[in-house]
Amino acid sequence: MKEGLKMAARFAVLALVFMGVAALSNRPLHRSLPEGTGVLMLSFSHGADRRAACRPATEKEMARMPPNMRRREICPRDRPPIRVEFDIDGKRVFEADVPPSGIAGDGPSRVHQRYVLPAGSYDVAVRMRERPAGDFAWHGERTIRIDPGANRVIDFRATAGGFVFH
Amino acid sequence: MQETRRANDWPPLRLAKAGLRRGFDILERGAGRLFSPALNPLAQIGALSFFLFWIVAVSGIYLFIFFDTGIVDAYSSVEWISGPHWYHAGVMRSFHRYASDLMVVTVAVHLLREFSLDRYRGTRWFSWFTGIPLIWFLYISGITGYWLVWDMLAQYVALVSAKLLDVFPIFGEPLARNFLTPEHLSSRFFSLLVFLHIAVPLILLLGMWIHIQRISRPRVNPPRLLAALILAALLAVSLWKPALSQGPADLTRVPVEVGLDWLFLPLYPLAEAWGGWSLWGLMVGVSMMLAVMPWLPPFRRAPAAEVDLPNCNGCNRCVEDCPYEAIRLVPRTDDEPFPHQAEVDADLCVSCGICMGSCPSSTPFRRVQDLKTGIDLPGQPLAEVRESVIAASAELKGDRRVLVLACEHGAGGGDVGGVVTFPCVAMVPPSLIDFVLSKGLADGVAVAGCSESACYNRLGVEWTKERFAGARDPYLRKRVPRERLATIWASPFENRRYEAEKAAFAERLAELGAGAPEPAAEEGEKTRQEAEA
Repeated sequence: MKEGLKMAARFAVLALVFMGVAALSNRPLHRSLPEGTGVLMLSFSHGADRRAACRPATEKEMARMPPNMRRREICPRDRPPIRVEFDIDGKRVFEADVPPSGIAGDGPSRVHQRYVLPAGSYDVAVRMRERPAGDFAWHGERTIRIDPGANRVIDFRATAGGFVFH
Repeated sequence: MQETRRANDWPPLRLAKAGLRRGFDILERGAGRLFSPALNPLAQIGALSFFLFWIVAVSGIYLFIFFDTGIVDAYSSVEWISGPHWYHAGVMRSFHRYASDLMVVTVAVHLLREFSLDRYRGTRWFSWFTGIPLIWFLYISGITGYWLVWDMLAQYVALVSAKLLDVFPIFGEPLARNFLTPEHLSSRFFSLLVFLHIAVPLILLLGMWIHIQRISRPRVNPPRLLAALILAALLAVSLWKPALSQGPADLTRVPVEVGLDWLFLPLYPLAEAWGGWSLWGLMVGVSMMLAVMPWLPPFRRAPAAEVDLPNCNGCNRCVEDCPYEAIRLVPRTDDEPFPHQAEVDADLCVSCGICMGSCPSSTPFRRVQDLKTGIDLPGQPLAEVRESVIAASAELKGDRRVLVLACEHGAGGGDVGGVVTFPCVAMVPPSLIDFVLSKGLADGVAVAGCSESACYNRLGVEWTKERFAGARDPYLRKRVPRERLATIWASPFENRRYEAEKAAFAERLAELGAGAPEPAAEEGEKTRQEAEA
């Protein structure tokens, strides 16, 4: 009888500890966004054209190359940074010359910006050009409705005509 | 010696250790009383971690039978598991979740306990150091598991994990772009996660195996009764609060409010608040700090045990008893007619002295001028032990003379007068007790070890009990009157109980009457001379 009670007490202690652990496994709740807000993301990956076009190699450059690797043309791999500007309700929230990725600077430029905004409608405008200077080749403007807890995304796909609003 | 070492610790560390030690001591004593020392969960927290790993592995294999990979299929298959098939697959899901959570708890307790006991320095660096990557593998295993369910919590985990990983420019596309919209998500991603969720736990298991390589007789299985109690408690909790999903992931929405697993994901809110680099800095910084702790000052280390070949016949007892695999038998290098001799690996020896206590030649009765034994501790050799015992017994007066042979990590280690301390009570050769009682150096001997369920040197308490019970070589001889021998297992915080048990033992001795005649002062000297003659 005494051993039975002891066994029950052991079980009860273990069960209590495990209950505490089980409770901690999903409580207390965590709120990742303030109440009444949503998220707008500007996220895309785009590679500008190579910095320079291929050009004929000079005699001097040819001489420097190992004989079995001589090429008539020199084609620079690296890309220039892209210029991105992003406005929300006329206010500039992001502007940057985004460098290309990769060790050789030949990968696409990446933009991933996240904005937590109170629910409501916003006029957004995004521009991009593939060189630090010059005119913006790509534009996107739209009025976006952000509901509480909504996740809105502005992506870019050149094949789809430019900026895509999800 | 150990206390001195701790006293030289950096003060905040010393205070942290003392506080933790006191806390653990209270919990261990309570658990020891309820569960018995043999079943005390806190005394086998490492074995519990192994056991929980196997529960997670078996339940995971079972769940994998029913799990589908895919954006929609993953969630619906898990819902099927927890819904119509709750009574087998759902229970297994809860086992899988809660055993993983419990493993986080046992690993944390194990780390804090070893830290509080200062068991990470010197030769113990290996177990400590190899334990650090296990924490990372455990967390990666758990986090990839949460991801697989593809519910709202999984979505939150995916978004924050991607944010953390994207600080490293190692992916062609930022990981976060996989979770922008439902169109961006690929089912192949789940296949990759399943692979990770299987591969990383396997690496974890390999790491756990490496982790225990430098200790002998590692406990990797809890006693069956305790294992059964754990399974029963897990079943009860699984029925009381089944592990459930938190609604399907929806990439057009933000998982605004999620029930976070605060054991596996406590740093995720920090990642949101601080950003990736700061959190990586914190995690890598803490890991590095933990990893270098064994080499931080104080650096003192007692000299390793030494073999004395003329007294070693390669009997293997020290090899059997060493808790740290620091001794092995090697082919004989002298002309003695034995095939083997003991050899100590100084890098693995913690100078606990258990080997000296196990050596059959460690007997104070030996009539040799220069008392030596087959394996000895240079810091406290057998000859010095005999001297100390004779000197301590000279301090005892009256008809209830109790000589205490104490572990320096227990309550007896702080006692004064008639006390000889050892790094571990298993360093005491049973013949030393025979020597004390037969020579009338005391009316009784109290062997005062450290906590019964939390032996500082892992196996000291167990070996001592077995030697006294005649179940382990070297035995305590039958002629030793057992009523004149007491064992007191008390942690450094149990002084009151130690004193009470010692006083009760003295009372019993008084009732028994005098033991062997008490040697006069000059006779004590004679005993020493006789022993040395």
